[in-house]
Amino acid sequence: MYTASDLRKGLRLKIDNEPYIITEFNFVKPGKGQALYRTKLKNMINGNQFERTFRSVDTFDSADLREKKMQYLYKEGDKYCFMDNENYEQVYLTEEQVGDSVNFLLDNIEVEILLFEDRPIGISLPNFVELIVTEAEPWAKGDTAAGNTKPVKVQTGYTILVPTFVSEGEKIRIDTRTGEYLTRVKG
Amino acid sequence: MNTDHQDDQFYLARKSENLRRRAGLISGIRHFFAQNNFLEIETPVRIPAPAPEEYIEAIPSDDWFLQTSPELCMKRLLAAGYPRIFQFSKCFRADERGGRHLPEFTMLEWYVAHFDYRQLMDQCEALLLAALQDTEHGKNIIWQDKTVHLAPPWQRITVADAFSQFAPIDLREALAQDKFDEILVEYIEPRLGINRPTFLCDYPAQLAALSKIKKTDPTVAERFELYIGGMELANGFSELTDTDEQRRRFEEASEARDAKHWAHYPMPEKFLTALKHLPPCAGIALGIDRLAMILAGTSCIDDVVAFPPEAL
Repeated sequence: MYTASDLRKGLRLKIDNEPYIITEFNFVKPGKGQALYRTKLKNMINGNQFERTFRSVDTFDSADLREKKMQYLYKEGDKYCFMDNENYEQVYLTEEQVGDSVNFLLDNIEVEILLFEDRPIGISLPNFVELIVTEAEPWAKGDTAAGNTKPVKVQTGYTILVPTFVSEGEKIRIDTRTGEYLTRVKG
Repeated sequence: MNTDHQDDQFYLARKSENLRRRAGLISGIRHFFAQNNFLEIETPVRIPAPAPEEYIEAIPSDDWFLQTSPELCMKRLLAAGYPRIFQFSKCFRADERGGRHLPEFTMLEWYVAHFDYRQLMDQCEALLLAALQDTEHGKNIIWQDKTVHLAPPWQRITVADAFSQFAPIDLREALAQDKFDEILVEYIEPRLGINRPTFLCDYPAQLAALSKIKKTDPTVAERFELYIGGMELANGFSELTDTDEQRRRFEEASEARDAKHWAHYPMPEKFLTALKHLPPCAGIALGIDRLAMILAGTSCIDDVVAFPPEAL
């Protein structure tokens, strides 16, 4: 059971017996009025979206979802193949089900596969991942402004904007919810 | 989140232009008040008894609270004979965090004796025009792809008219169904202050807070809010000067708060006593962070403060 203060982007709820994920979330509060939570919800099975405004007194059922550790094997056509390391069973996800997670998917890494009533419906990424910068322009000498950014490529091929001081070979932490750079990881 | 110094420098350097604009805005506002014979004051941030309001929760500090607004102390000054006062103050509200909300934010609040809410709307207009005149937003504001023309007079629309123009149900129905806030947020606010700034005025009497009921129409309060580009910037009113009525409203709000197990505040007795001596007056609170957002062209309040709470 969730209350309104638990609502945030990425939270999964059960509404009318179907799993939904919050794809957009806004805290709003008009004048001296009550706190309201405007959300956009996406059905995790059929992808249908709708908007809904909740009050702080509302409560929600959590979606009965299970996560299972599996290994990402390869992409075949438009299907992504994962293997359950316990029973060596293979499951497939579509491009749509993988979604933006593809930006953080490395061959052979372990991911959490999301199961709804034992059906694989998506990937459950950790909030933060650490990836190595594989392509970056060197820090241009004249570029001393501390707030500037440049695009770099990470291991997965994902292109991301980072501060100019980040160089090739460094490991960076990325927020998988926003896809944005957070900090360098030392060591 | 752990960041190294270079990361810290990166995030803060990106804000330098916004922080400069914010500082310029604040000095422009101070200049306006100095020219208009206002006294700048400072009242305590930590207080024993905030005004009980149904939907605003204070953050406790030992046995006291961090202020949710400087309103009570400022009115005590007014009642003691200070006719024109303003202050920039830090205000704190529990659990308010979003793209336009920080739990600690900066409020500009000012009061004028012998003004009503209409005169205060005029003055608010004059203040913002003066504060913006030396910026690139002197004539119009471009914010979130909307061009808002600042040439006065700004639009004034009553809450009832706004409901009939923009909402699927009228005001009376919205109140009866307890849907006022939802409809305001979904259908009305996004349409206010689009071509020019809008004052939304004459709130239903049951949402009067600390404002005076309109003599010519007792169903509404002399209360207004200012919107630019769909964003609420300020809340003002002709101040209620009737102690008994104010006590009754505080008791009502306290009961509503008790019912949902929110903190029980002591009755602000010194304020209620002072209210007996309060001259007719009007007051307004304007969110400085939000005004800075408009100047900075950003939709996220984090961009106009050096350190949002998550960065500490």
